[in-house]
Order: sequence, then structure tokens, then C-alpha cells
Amino acid sequence: MSEAARLPAALEPRLQSRLPWRLHPEAMAGLLLAGPAVLALTLLLLLPTAALLVLSLTDMELGGPPLRWIGLANYAELLGDPGFRIALRNTLVYVAAVLPLSVALGLGLALLIEGGTRGRAFFRAVFFLPVVSLLVSMATAWEYLLHPTIGPLNRALAAFGIAPVNWLGSSDWVLTSLCMIGVWENLGYVVVLFLAGLTAIPPELRAAAETDGARRGWDRFWLVTWPMLGPTTLFVVTITAIRCLRVFDTVATLTQGGPNKASEVLLHEMYLEGFTYFRIGYSAAITVVFLVVVLGLVLLQTRVLERRVHYQ
Amino acid sequence: MNTAPTRSLLADAPRLAVLSLAALVVLAPYLFMLSASVKPGGEIFQASLNLWPRHFYGWENYHKALTAVPLLRFLLNGAIVCAIVLFFQLLFAVPCAYALAKLRWPGRGLVFALVLLGLLIPAHVPALPLYVAFAKLGLLDSFTALTAPFAISVFAIFMFRQAFKALPDELIQAARLDGMGELAIVWRVILPNAWPTATAFATFSVVAHWNDLFWPLIVIQRQSMATPALGVLFFRSQEGGNDIGALMAASVITTLPMVAAFLLAQRRFIQGVATAGLKG
Repeated sequence: MSEAARLPAALEPRLQSRLPWRLHPEAMAGLLLAGPAVLALTLLLLLPTAALLVLSLTDMELGGPPLRWIGLANYAELLGDPGFRIALRNTLVYVAAVLPLSVALGLGLALLIEGGTRGRAFFRAVFFLPVVSLLVSMATAWEYLLHPTIGPLNRALAAFGIAPVNWLGSSDWVLTSLCMIGVWENLGYVVVLFLAGLTAIPPELRAAAETDGARRGWDRFWLVTWPMLGPTTLFVVTITAIRCLRVFDTVATLTQGGPNKASEVLLHEMYLEGFTYFRIGYSAAITVVFLVVVLGLVLLQTRVLERRVHYQ
Repeated sequence: MNTAPTRSLLADAPRLAVLSLAALVVLAPYLFMLSASVKPGGEIFQASLNLWPRHFYGWENYHKALTAVPLLRFLLNGAIVCAIVLFFQLLFAVPCAYALAKLRWPGRGLVFALVLLGLLIPAHVPALPLYVAFAKLGLLDSFTALTAPFAISVFAIFMFRQAFKALPDELIQAARLDGMGELAIVWRVILPNAWPTATAFATFSVVAHWNDLFWPLIVIQRQSMATPALGVLFFRSQEGGNDIGALMAASVITTLPMVAAFLLAQRRFIQGVATAGLKG
């Protein structure tokens, strides 16, 4: 740090009037302190992202012939690629199933936890456990749980006379099974975020609603809690949707997209094309689609936020 | 309902019953994982719903898990990766966040705009170009490859900037009058005063990188460089999924460190991971 940066604050106004900004010690300090981060941000995030956009317009293959500029050909190929279309469809189905289920169940559990004093910390911790657990290991545990012949789940179902299901091995069930694991994985996150939102609602509001005739808890929920939770809900939905879009670990661990592509998802398809077949250009195009979907969601959230969620 | 009066246990029973049932479902994979990890293969294949084994086979399963692949090495790798990543994230992000929050300098608005732009980009997006770059530089299969892409966390910059903005300017002016340089102010005055943010970010970062599979799967080929997540995959492919007892033991061992840390510092973890959910 330069000597100038150490000048007492009292001297600064005088200095500022004498020196042009580029010599001002505070400006120097700001630039020096932010510089390394800006450099790293550019090198590790912004330039690679720009490079990705460029790569998606080429036919680059690792260890292949020198790359050529092919315009939008990768994107045209994506449109006609059944593998990609299945991956995109499965990803959207996964989001459409896991998102509402986790949000509804998570909200229900949060309301239950908040609805009394017993066991609050305990249940919160239990539901949050999957969020901090190593997903690859827990997916392995699920695989055992869902095993068609020796799995405890089929065993328990047999007690009710239900025929065994090949949860992860049949193309009819595999996506459903992955969605179940997805809900299990995301639930605790939703619970914790809703709990934070619920604590922020002043209890007087509910008391006032009760005085005004909302006698039943159900009425008070729709009159007070649900509207007051608006911003939290929007946040939870966006975060969970993005977490769902990134589904990868369970697929890579348990199914590798199979059987017969029935559980292929965007990021796994991108991984296969880019890092197994080394079709960098094509894989880059898939990544761009992924990025566009994520950005679309964020944009949607911002629009909704501007329109209607302003209760405070 | 923070002020809800303590109800009688009877009135609270339905609530507790539903919560307990849900908790049991959430805990089911843990219970069966633990159970199978101490059962011999024969008992697992009998597929009884008994959680406790007739023959305790824990020693054998855990011994096999620890020796078939270098499981402890994977845990050590995970710890090293998390430490390096966190060190560089703080090193880059904290001074930048201070400059954004408390100093006036040309380009500040632009840099903050770049940070917000960075927040929108998931880590999977730069992966492909970074992989190509690391491959060309011959850096694959190394700690550099495992950690370098995460050295900068825009989320850390964002989070610390918010926290630093809330600190009073007098704090900084007093430190300057004491003759401290800006760098010393950052590390010895500002950061200690934003300790809750620092621990929240640290837990978020450690959980994220301990559990990450995507990036290690891409840059690591050598078994000895594997992180816990990747190590479990190595173990799975080596065992072919036949020895379920040992596989469950390996799962328990790799899950345990983070779960234990969580149980010891629940509040911190929940705060850290939940606030950091912003990152998306």
C-alpha cells in the first residue's frame, strides 16, 4: 500500500481539491484492492463464458482437425438431435415435477414446524440434512433403497401386496425415481427459506385477522400468511427451479442417462458430448441453451417481482 | 406465530405425528445405508426390513471400503481442495468487496455491474473453455485444475459488500488515524467486524466444494487425485455394485464429515447455505 493511502481522513478533502482523481489515494486504493478480483473474474468467468459463446459457433473437437467456423450449424443440429430433445424434455419434466412438490411440501412442513414450539430445531435439522450430505453417496444409498429385488422399498410395498417396481432400471420409472430423490434433496432448502420468511411476518397481523373474523387457521393462512410470504415464495421458486435445472449428480451416479436415454438431462448430455466424445463446439451449444434457460428464469423472476410482489 | 403459547402435548400430537412421519421418510436412506453398512452380504440379499444385523459385519465392510480404494486420501483431497478454494476466494473477494462498499474510485460502478453479471452465470457455463485451457496447459489431474476455477467467487464479493456497507465509516476513519494502511484495514478491522458473514460464506463454500461432482469428474482421471464425490464413483465402478455392504460403508464414511460438522454447528450451516442460496 502506498504512503498516500495512509493519510488521515481529515486531510482527504484538501488533497482531493489539489490532485486530479487518478492520483487521489482513495481512488488508488480502490483500484489496487479491486484489481486482482477483477482480473480473476475476467480470466475465470467472463472470458470463458464469452469463449463458450464463440466455441458454440465452431466445430471444435479436442484432438480433432483444426476448428472451423460453422455459424449456427450446432444449434440447427440440436434441433434435430433426438438425444438432445429428450434431455431437454426430461430436464423440464424434472423441474415441473420436483419444483411444485418441493415447494408445496416444504411450505407445509415449514408451517407445521412454525405452528408449535416442540421440536423446532430438531425437525429443521432433519429436513436440512440432505442439503449438506454428499449427494453421490446418498444417491448410492437411494440405489440400494430402490433396488428391484433386495431394496427395502419394494420389500415394504410387497407387504401391501404391491408388485415390485424396477425403479431405476426401467425407462417408465427412472425419471419418476430421480424426481423423488430430487424432492428429497431440495425439501430441506425450501423448508429453511420458508421458515425464515414466516418468522418475518409480524404475529399481530394474524391476531388482527382473527379479530376481523378469520377464525380458522385455514382462513388466516390465505388472508395473511400466504400474501405476506409472496416475496419469499418467489425467491424459493426461482432458487429451486435453478437447482432442479442443474440436476446432474444423481444422473451421473445412478443412470448415466439410461436406460435408453430415459433419464438423460441437459447437463449430463453436455457432459457426454463435451468430455466423453470431446465434441467441444456441440457441447458448447448445449451449454448455451442451459444458460439461456437459467437466464430466462431469472428474468421471469425479476419481471414478476416488479409487477406484484410488494407487500411491505 | 413466534409467541404461540406452549400447547398441551395432546393438542400438539397431530402436528408432531405428521412431522415425525415426514422426518422418518427423509431419514430412511440414512437408516438403511447405516444398516446395510454393518450387514454381511447374505443378510442384505435376504432383503429383510430388519435394521439391526444378526451378524455384525461392520468391521469387514468398513475395512474393505477403506482399503479397496484410498478412501481416506479422497477425504484428505476434499479437505485440501476446500481449504485452497476458500483461501483464494477470501483473498480475492474481501478486498474487492471493501473497495466496492467503502471507497470511491473510477470504474466502481462498472466493476459492480460485472459482479452482478457474474452472479447470473452458473459454474457449469465456463467449464468447457476452462477444461480446454487446462488441457492445453497440461494442468489436468492436479490441485490447480481442481481449485483454480473457483478462486474467484462473485457471490463472495456480493455478500461481503452487503455486509461491509453496513459497517460504520467511523471505524475506518479511526483506523486510518491510527496510521493503518488500507490493506491492514481490510484484514484487521473490516473482516473481523463482518465475522458472521465470513463464517456463513465459509460454510456455504466448503459444503459446495466438498459435495461437487461435476468439475472433479471433468478434470480428474487419476484415482489418487479424486475428491470424495468422485472417489465414491471410482469405488462404485471398481466394485461393480456387488458388495453393497462395503459400498454403503464407503457412502457413510464420505458423508460423515460434512454431516458431523453440520450437527455440531447447525445454525451456522443453515444460515450459510440458505443465505448463499442466492447464487443459484
